[in-house]
Amino acid sequence: MQEKEVIIIGGGAAGLAAAVACHQKGVEDILIIERADYLGGILNQCIHDGFGLEKFNTSLTGPEYAQRYINKVANKKIPFLLNSMVVGLTPQKEVVVVNSQGLQHYRARVIILAMGCRERTRGAINIPGARPSGIYTAGVAQELINLKNYMVGEKIVVLGSGDIGLIMARRLTLEGAKVIMVAEKLPYSSGLPRNINQCLYDFDIPLLLSHTVVDIEGNGRLSGVTIAQLGKRGGIITGSKRKITCDTLLLSVGLIPENELSREADIVLDNITGGPQVDERGQTSIPGIFSCGNVLQVHDIVDNVSLEAEYIVEGVVEYLEGKLNKEREIKVELRNGLRYVVPQTLIRVKDTIFSFRVNQPGEKKVIVFENGKKVIKKKFLRRVNPAEMIRVKLSSSELEGIKRLKVRLV
Amino acid sequence: MKAINNHYDVVIIGGGVVGCAIARELSKYKVNVAVLEKEDDVGWGISCRNSGVVHAGFNYKSGTLRAQLCQELDVPYKKIGKVVVAQKKEEIRELKKLKAQGEKNKVEGLQIIDSTELKRLEPNVKGIAALYSPETAITSPYLLTIALAENALRNGVSFFLNTKVKNIVKLKNSDFRINTNKGEFTSSYVINSAGLYSDRVAHMVGKDKYRIYPCRGEYYVLDKNTSWIINHLIYPVPKVGASGLGVHFTPTIDKNILIGPSNEYIKQKDNLSTTFQIMKLLSTETQKFLPLISSRDIIRSYSGIRAKQAPSSEGGFWDFVIEESNSVNNFINLIGIESPGLASSQPIAKKVVGIINKKEELSPNSNFNPLRKGILRFEEQDEKTKKALIKQDPDYGEIVCRCEKVTKKEILEAINNPLGARSLISIKYRTRAMMGRCQGGYCQIRIMEILRESFKLSPQEITLKGNNSYLLTGYRSSKENKLCKKKKLLSLEEGLLV
Repeated sequence: MQEKEVIIIGGGAAGLAAAVACHQKGVEDILIIERADYLGGILNQCIHDGFGLEKFNTSLTGPEYAQRYINKVANKKIPFLLNSMVVGLTPQKEVVVVNSQGLQHYRARVIILAMGCRERTRGAINIPGARPSGIYTAGVAQELINLKNYMVGEKIVVLGSGDIGLIMARRLTLEGAKVIMVAEKLPYSSGLPRNINQCLYDFDIPLLLSHTVVDIEGNGRLSGVTIAQLGKRGGIITGSKRKITCDTLLLSVGLIPENELSREADIVLDNITGGPQVDERGQTSIPGIFSCGNVLQVHDIVDNVSLEAEYIVEGVVEYLEGKLNKEREIKVELRNGLRYVVPQTLIRVKDTIFSFRVNQPGEKKVIVFENGKKVIKKKFLRRVNPAEMIRVKLSSSELEGIKRLKVRLV
Repeated sequence: MKAINNHYDVVIIGGGVVGCAIARELSKYKVNVAVLEKEDDVGWGISCRNSGVVHAGFNYKSGTLRAQLCQELDVPYKKIGKVVVAQKKEEIRELKKLKAQGEKNKVEGLQIIDSTELKRLEPNVKGIAALYSPETAITSPYLLTIALAENALRNGVSFFLNTKVKNIVKLKNSDFRINTNKGEFTSSYVINSAGLYSDRVAHMVGKDKYRIYPCRGEYYVLDKNTSWIINHLIYPVPKVGASGLGVHFTPTIDKNILIGPSNEYIKQKDNLSTTFQIMKLLSTETQKFLPLISSRDIIRSYSGIRAKQAPSSEGGFWDFVIEESNSVNNFINLIGIESPGLASSQPIAKKVVGIINKKEELSPNSNFNPLRKGILRFEEQDEKTKKALIKQDPDYGEIVCRCEKVTKKEILEAINNPLGARSLISIKYRTRAMMGRCQGGYCQIRIMEILRESFKLSPQEITLKGNNSYLLTGYRSSKENKLCKKKKLLSLEEGLLV
């Protein structure tokens, strides 16, 4: 059994930022465990630009963004394992790792969960029809094209307007494929407005809202899909079905935080976010196990992942110093209009960043924070959109003397 | 035994669980056997698309697949028992009938239990009484088929995959000539084990009138996280005259739960689609018995097709046809092998070999080896063994499929096997890679690369399930690459001059 101060599971955007932040705060006995044969995670396949606008004030590609952190990890000589899969995690903060060297046990004082997320698949959303080849989740197609140099198809229908789907619609067009359309089940897109403009409209790719795939054809390779328009209640509008000949269906229908290890360690998860329930510094239900990035909640932009990782490290350092004492436990209570909040609980009076997503798009909204019946903060929002995470900071003075924290959208 | 000029003593048409069981049974004798299978692997028809239940035999007469066979072939087999759950008072009478029928078929241990006992056995199932059958077991239908085939192959049977029978001619010397897309075969015996297409194959040569009605059943597969919800197979009380056993809940060998199958006569024998209507029905049935299960637990759906002799107007189960053709000597038909075909595959094989043995006096193959070893599953080993395995072969230390924890070594073993996996689906059935909750999101690309390297394939040649199921259309920007190669690229200075 090897002992470590901090073990970070996952060497992607969140894990790297957390490692660098730990090191900057003087915690040097760190180990990053990464399953791929490179650091940087999914950023490596995101070769489009637009990363780093908030964090570095410049537009970088995914690999460039990752490289900035990888360089820091290298300069600081932070240890990492590649090609290594964590296959076990216990509440006692023991980690079991498998790689070609063997099977090793580690124990750490702090574990940072940074495993990212996975894509929702066809099975999970239950699209009826045949089972041919040529159905890919957008991220798998992205990896095939950008990292493996393979082409996945020629005539493409994209289902779901998540950001990766939009980016892949553009990517495939640039590679010479015909992207026939992007169909979105909801009456609004689940991608960022800038991606809709830059990836679809600039390339004349139609976005069909309130449309979904209701049938898939093809014995060997996919030969076509049937799309239909959906009514207000989500039912298929009669007569709206039409067949589209294509050889590929790309799915961009949501991301699921990858919490299989968390579950194994009996960490309490939030049903809505799919990530662990955490306090104001990302600490899960098990003291000393922290969580950040997409494994905690799915982010829209990577800059926020890095910022979140750096932010939770404050708590990590306090924990290591024995200063993270639970003063009380207040549940953040959600009211109308909000889908989720992170953190779910507060254990101390500290400057705290709250992340929210709304249930549906709207204009001129206010997020109201209340201590019992007393309003302690109002945040005005010109526009809200489920695709865009809302982040609101409350200072420790605003949270002073809090008994019950209720948040609602009006 | 080597075949001369593609002549075999016996040609088996169809590499499903029954065809493979017959092949293995015949390999116990000195007989030249060939199995012709139209797909890229064995077991892709009915055999891999069912609940994987080894019935105890109270619904209908059934042979039993002996646990011993599974042991010989290193195939998982687990006796977990079954409860048929009544939710209405009038259904209890049906339970009693079932019990009587089962006892007549000499099924042991059947008992009717009340709601308290049901609650104890299955705390999450809604019901007022149940018939409990401790003898019912589960196996892996595809692993069993693959194991039978591998063992038959090892004992001298030839397998011809991607080989579709076009027609059969009875020759003057009383042999058969079987024309396929892969050339001609001749044989003294033909065994028609073509499942859904057994009627078509029968009509190729004989005058026997059979008709197979395809009857589709759709299933859901649930995440392993749900495995704690049930302990036994959970069945509803079958409806009188129904063509299936009703939507049931099957814990699989691998700890998923299957919900299904539905029961719907369809037109095309190859229409394995799933449908909105049935998916809805499965959800409703689930809510009736197991309200704890939610749609979020579903990781996949699929369908299988029963080869029914009974037309939809009549329904029910008809006896299997296992007999020599009345009009053509040495042509043995197996018609309408539906549920419990998996459980009965072994006795069926013995019966078929018995038919031949009566006419030929087969001499035993003294080299027959009944044992077959499956792929060692890294995940199921204890820690000491795991460490030793990685030391012995570092490929065991490379976990390719994270959800099911399948190592690169296991993938390679699936590929480097005499029967060999050449497609993603073949690897999936053999190793479980891609069967987990991410459905290959992480490992699919890695497995495609392993396949490509193993067989030196071009990207277009990697398939999901053989034939036309290619996964990639080529390299990225292949046109541009070609153009670049043709034209000499301008250097930067030259570019500036232009």
